[in-house]
Amino acid sequence: MAKRIEVKDLDIYYDKFLAVQGVSMTIQPRSVTALIGPSGCGKSTFLRTLNRMHELVPGARVDGKVFMDDEDLYGPGVDPVSVRRQIGMVFQRPNPFPTMSIYENVAAGIRLNGGRMKKSELDDVVERSLRSANLWAEVKDRLNRPGSGLSGGQQQRLCIARAIAVQPGVLLMDEPCSALDPISTQAIEDLMLELKTDYTIVIVTHNMQQAARVSDVTGFFNLRGVGQPGELVEIDETTKIFSTPSNKATEDYISGRFG
Amino acid sequence: MRKGSTVLPSTERTRSRRAPQRPGDRVFSGLSTGAGVLILVVLAGVAAFLVAEAWPALIAPADEVPGPDGIVLYIWPLLFGTLLAAFLALLIAAPLAVAIALFITHYAPRRIAQALGYIIDLLAAIPSIIYGLWGIQVLAPLTVEPAGWLEENLGFIPLFAGPASTTGRTMLVAALVLAVMILPIVSAVVREAFRQTPRLHEEASLALGATRWEMIRMAVLPFGRSSIIGASMLGLGRALGETMAVAIVLSVSGGVTFNLISSGNPGTIAANIALEFPESTGIAVNTLIASGLVLFAVTLLVNMAARAVINRRREFSGAN
Repeated sequence: MAKRIEVKDLDIYYDKFLAVQGVSMTIQPRSVTALIGPSGCGKSTFLRTLNRMHELVPGARVDGKVFMDDEDLYGPGVDPVSVRRQIGMVFQRPNPFPTMSIYENVAAGIRLNGGRMKKSELDDVVERSLRSANLWAEVKDRLNRPGSGLSGGQQQRLCIARAIAVQPGVLLMDEPCSALDPISTQAIEDLMLELKTDYTIVIVTHNMQQAARVSDVTGFFNLRGVGQPGELVEIDETTKIFSTPSNKATEDYISGRFG
Repeated sequence: MRKGSTVLPSTERTRSRRAPQRPGDRVFSGLSTGAGVLILVVLAGVAAFLVAEAWPALIAPADEVPGPDGIVLYIWPLLFGTLLAAFLALLIAAPLAVAIALFITHYAPRRIAQALGYIIDLLAAIPSIIYGLWGIQVLAPLTVEPAGWLEENLGFIPLFAGPASTTGRTMLVAALVLAVMILPIVSAVVREAFRQTPRLHEEASLALGATRWEMIRMAVLPFGRSSIIGASMLGLGRALGETMAVAIVLSVSGGVTFNLISSGNPGTIAANIALEFPESTGIAVNTLIASGLVLFAVTLLVNMAARAVINRRREFSGAN
């Protein structure tokens, strides 16, 4: 189920503007890969190219290759919709559908992907997803209440449940804790460590301690200079990045000398 | 310094002391309260006028009011005609308005969307008498042939029982004209609601692998639901009260019928008032005003029903 992602020489453009240049990396299955770096360096943009969400911006395009296992995500005739069905995403701000109940929120992806499923099967999937997201105990008595009535941290776990209900090959998380308090953040971090036994997780974070706590591999993005495109400076085992990075810029960033 | 602001004020005093009032706040709250009260006063005034003027007709003996069988049987066909024309117009206009709004907000390239938006807003500025003239001179003749076809092939449905009108001055044409008239306001309101669908929710559904249409069904339409109902009520209100266009287009004979394509149609309350008022005196005027009172009450009821529908799912509205 968990899939490997391989990125080769990826350039990301908005019209003629080159936003991110020359990213190559391999993301291993059943691991957490964290992407860190200063604001505006293109790490979120890069993350959104992995499920082709960046294409929602008119004029956005890429050069280079992204493979998920052996499937070329940017190959000719590949539908971005089908890519997104295999790669789940969790956003910076919790975004459960306000017009749907908790149950409907979790079932939303299944309704899209397969359509028909027996009520009892759907019940099972919803329960399993909510349990995986450590939310079941808190919401099992109010599955028919609106998802927007939950706290921010609960809403974010609901969004994670919604994303994993369709059993995606990869789970992308774009600063999933930046709108949450420390306790909710810890709940999400614990959850990531549990989920990585089944999923490939890529997380963008501004919080370096978070990257150090949850990830196996860390990639550091930086701008080459003012007005220059962002680039992947280095990517390595998290322990190595945070102890003996091979690049001076990485060391400056994680030791707090800039950014 | 005020008395209360000693170092350790008693709890009693702290509680009773009110937050300082700033003049700007006072003026603004006074203005907005005044505006709110004013609308209620105007509404109450209209209601009082209608009741007072309608009263003589309501208590008059049946043979004094116009029409053969008393006031109830005088007003009932008019009310029926009003509701039939207005709901039919809404049935045509509402889906069209939603589709237009979706096209403008989610499908059309930005330039075309903007131009189309202006054109539709422009439709709202055309006086209703122009719509009426267009209805009778252009639209009505065009419908004569299709109406004949409907009578021949779908005549078993009571709506198209016929005999098809040879002038085209039918309930169907009146409803079509009304639909075109209410289209701009309905689509403008719905368009603004769709435009405000949070980007977050659109992205949430797209990231799950929704196609554009699935995204619209998951995020845009549910979010805009209360606005669609509200906009429809605005349009319905306009259709219920529309006078000139209906007065020009509709050929009235007074019966209560669902037959949409014949020349024997029930009138509508507003058009009937416009047509009859210049010729009326005494109790006949009171009767016309009584019909206006009925229209007023029905409009109020329709709006309250719509409000109730919206509130039923308030928790799920996304406004929290």
